[in-house]
Amino acid sequence: MKPAGSMVLQARDLRVEVANGAAIIEDVAFELRAGEILGLVGESGSGKTTTARALFGHYERGLSLRSGEVSVAGRQLTTPESFRQARGQLISYVPQNPGTSLNPSLRIVAAIGDMLRAHPAAGTAAPGHDAVAQASAALLGRVGLPGEEEFGRRYPHQLSGGQQQRVCIAIALSCDPAVVVLDEPTTGLDVVTQDRIMRELVRLRDERGVAMLYITHDLAVVGQIASRIAVMYAGRIVEEGSAEQILSAPRHPYTRGLVASTPDHLQPRILEAMGGIAAGVGERPPGCAFAPRCRQRVDHCDTELPTLAEAAPGHSVRCFEWPSTPVLDWTSAEFPAKQDGPAGKAVLEVEHLSAGYRSRAGRHLVVRDVSFAVDEGACVALVGESGSGKTTIARAIAGLHPPSDGRILVGGQPLAGQAQRRTVDERRRIAIVFQNPAEALNPRHTVLSSVARPGRILRGLGRAEADAEARRLLTAVRLPARIAGRYPGELSGGERQRVAIARALIGQPDVLVCDEITSALDVSVQAVVLELLHELRRQLGISIVFITHDLGVVATVAERVLILESGSICEEGTVAEVLGAPHHEYTRRLLDAAPSLITTIKAWQMVR
Amino acid sequence: MLLGVVVLIALLGPAFAPDPSTAILGTPGHGPAGGAPLGLDFIGRDVFSRLLDGGRSTLLMGGSATVLIYLAGIAVGLTAGYVQSLADPLLMRAVDVVLSFPALLVMLLFVTAFGGGSVVLVGAAALVLFPGVARIVRTATTEVMTRNYVEAAISWGERGFAIMRREVLPNIIAPIVADLGIRFSWAIILIASVNYLGLGLRPPTADWGLMISENRAIISSNPLSVLAPAAVLALLVIAVNLVGDAYVRHFGRSGDDR
Repeated sequence: MKPAGSMVLQARDLRVEVANGAAIIEDVAFELRAGEILGLVGESGSGKTTTARALFGHYERGLSLRSGEVSVAGRQLTTPESFRQARGQLISYVPQNPGTSLNPSLRIVAAIGDMLRAHPAAGTAAPGHDAVAQASAALLGRVGLPGEEEFGRRYPHQLSGGQQQRVCIAIALSCDPAVVVLDEPTTGLDVVTQDRIMRELVRLRDERGVAMLYITHDLAVVGQIASRIAVMYAGRIVEEGSAEQILSAPRHPYTRGLVASTPDHLQPRILEAMGGIAAGVGERPPGCAFAPRCRQRVDHCDTELPTLAEAAPGHSVRCFEWPSTPVLDWTSAEFPAKQDGPAGKAVLEVEHLSAGYRSRAGRHLVVRDVSFAVDEGACVALVGESGSGKTTIARAIAGLHPPSDGRILVGGQPLAGQAQRRTVDERRRIAIVFQNPAEALNPRHTVLSSVARPGRILRGLGRAEADAEARRLLTAVRLPARIAGRYPGELSGGERQRVAIARALIGQPDVLVCDEITSALDVSVQAVVLELLHELRRQLGISIVFITHDLGVVATVAERVLILESGSICEEGTVAEVLGAPHHEYTRRLLDAAPSLITTIKAWQMVR
Repeated sequence: MLLGVVVLIALLGPAFAPDPSTAILGTPGHGPAGGAPLGLDFIGRDVFSRLLDGGRSTLLMGGSATVLIYLAGIAVGLTAGYVQSLADPLLMRAVDVVLSFPALLVMLLFVTAFGGGSVVLVGAAALVLFPGVARIVRTATTEVMTRNYVEAAISWGERGFAIMRREVLPNIIAPIVADLGIRFSWAIILIASVNYLGLGLRPPTADWGLMISENRAIISSNPLSVLAPAAVLALLVIAVNLVGDAYVRHFGRSGDDR
C-alpha cells in the first residue's frame, strides 16, 4: 500500500433535495487523498450521480443543495463562482456516455483546447494555437491515444467508444486537476476496452498522483481499481472501508447482498437474490431505508436511523445488527463438476446461418455460417462483444431478420425466414425477450393487455381466458397482482423485464430467446431475473438461448456456451470447458479482460 | 372550457344576434354605437351580429377540413411508414408532388373547376394540407416501428393492420395532436383567402375568415370590424391547441419514458 498522500477532497454532510424537501442524498461525507481511488458503489437511484454532481456545485433541474461543504485541494467551495473556477482546474468530470458528451461538431483538438483556454496557467494569457496543439498531443499520448496531428483533427464520430472515453479522460486531465470524478466511465464499453481503460487509469494515478472518485454499479470492476469503497443505498452511505474489507467481509446486509448477487465467471452458482425493491425518493421509511428488505431486521430498524459505526479500523457500517451479518463463503470458488443438463433431443437447430445487411457498398454479412443446436430444457449462451452478430442471430431465430443463407429448424421442421410466413404453431414455439426494458412494452397498453395479447393470437384464447392466463403468469414471474392494470411507464426496469418474460411465456414456447435481457438491470435485479429463468427451466422444461456479453452471467445460467467473434463461432463447448480451459485466443482475451471479484479477493488472500 | 365557450358562441350566437347579419344599418365603417357594440362593417352591416352568425360556417368548414386532413394524412403516413418497401417512396413522392404546388393555386383550380360550394372548399383545403400531416405521421411511424414492442408483435404474428392500430398509432398520437391547432387555423385561413378573392362562399354569408378579409379596407375607420373576428378566431385556435395539449398530458402518464 502506498503512503497516504495529502487530503485533496473533503465532502461533509451533503444533502441535496427536490423542491418538496424530500432528500435525494443526505448525510453524505467522504474524503479522498492524493493518489487514492475511492469507489462509490450503488444501484440506480441510490444517489451516486447526484453526489458526484454536488462536488461540482451542479444540480439537476429541480434539485438544490440544502446543506454540506465541499473543499478541494484545501479550497472551500461555496459560491457558484468558486465552483466554476474549481471545475476543470482542481476537480474534473468524466461522464458516463462519451458519445453524447463530446460535441459532435468539434474536432478533438478543439475540444481539449476549450478546456485549456478556460483555465490558463496562473499569470499567463490564454494559450495560442500552437501551444494548444502541443498540449493536446501530449495529453492524448498520456491516455494512450496517438498524439499525431491527424488524430487530433478527427471528429468524435470517427472514434470508437473506447477512444471517445479516453478523449474525455484527456480533457479531464488537461489542467492537472487534483481530483477526477469518473461516473461509470466504462459501463457502455465491452470488457476488453474496459480493461484497457482501467489500466490507463491506474497508470495515471501512479504517475501523476491524481485522486479519483470512481462511480460504478459493478463490484467486480471496482474491486480491481479502488483502494477504498463507499456503498450508497437510498441516498446515504451505508458502508465504507477498504476495498478488501467491503468485498471480502461486507458487514452491511445490503453490501453483502450486492456481493452475493454479482455473478462471476470463475464460480458458477445460483445467485442469492435480495428480496424487495429499492425505496424511491420521498417514500423512504423513517428508520433504516434497507429495513423493509432486510433479513436481519429488528424492531427499532423501522423507526430509528442507524449511524455509521466502526466495524473494524477504517471500516464503518450503518447498521444496528452488523455483527450478525453472515460471512460470505468464497471457499467453493472452484468449478463444480459439470451438472449434466437434461440430455434430450434438439428443439432448436441453427444450420449454417448467415445474415447481413444490404447497403450501397454491397452485401455486408454480420453473421457467417453459424451452426448450433439447443437441446430440450437446455440453456445455450451466445457470447461476444458488441458487433459480433449475437443480436442478429436472435432476431433471425425470432423471424425478424431473414437469413441470407442457412436454415433454422424447430422440432426438426425448417422455419420460414420471416415471422409472417411462419404458421401460428411455429411462432408459438419461439418467443423472444429484448435487451432494453424501456421499449420492450408498448407504453400505451396496460401490463395485462400486453401480456394477454399474444395468448389470444398464438393459442386462440378468448379474452377472459387470456386475461386469466396473463394474471397467472404475472404471479409466476413474481409480480404483485396490482401491477396488471399499470402502464409500463410506472414500472421499474426489472419489473418491465419480468412483464416481458411473462408475455413471452404466454404462448407456452419451447424456446425462449433472451437477448441481453439483464444488461440494462442492476446486479440485484439481474440476480432476481436469472433466478426466475432458472426456476422456469426447472418447472416448464423450457429451452433458452441466452445472449450476453457478460461471462459471469454465462457461468450462472448456461450449460453450453458459444463464443462469437465478428460473426462466426470461434469456440464452443460446455461452460466449464470453455471458461475453465479456453483454447481460442479470442476467448482467452475475453476471459483475461473480464473482471472477477473472486480473482481479486483471492489475490488479497494470497498476500496475507 | 375555452373551446366550449367559442363553440357555444358559434352555435348559439345566431339566436342572440340583435340584427340580421345581412341587413345594412348605416354608414360603412361607422365606429361602435348603441345598437352596434362593435360598429359597422365595410358596407354598413352590424359587426357584432355577423360575428355571432359567422362562427358556424367557420367552425364547420375548418373542422371538417381538419378531420379530412388527418384522416388522409394518417392513412397515407402510417401506410408509408409501416410497409418499408417500394410503396413508401411512391406514396411519399406523390405527397411531395402535391406539396410542390402553391396551396392557393390548387384551391383556386378546384374552385374554378367545380364551383365555390363549401364541399369543394373543404375538400380542396384537405387535399392541399394533408401532405404535411402525412409526413409527420410517416416519420413518427418509422421511428416507432424499430421499437422492440413492435418487433415482439411481429414475432408473435400480429397482422399489419393490428400492428398499425394497436402498436403504432397510440404511440404517435402526441406529435399528431401537437400541431392540430396549426392545421386547423391553416385550413380556416386558406378557406377564408379563397372567400376573400370572391371565389368561395358568396359575400353576404357571414364567416369569421371572410369578415377579416372583407373589412381590411376599413380597418382605419372601424378597427374592431377586423379585430373582433380575428380575436375569436385566435381564441378558437388557442382553445383547440389547449385541448390538444391536455390530451397529450393525459397520455403522458402512461407514455413518456423516452
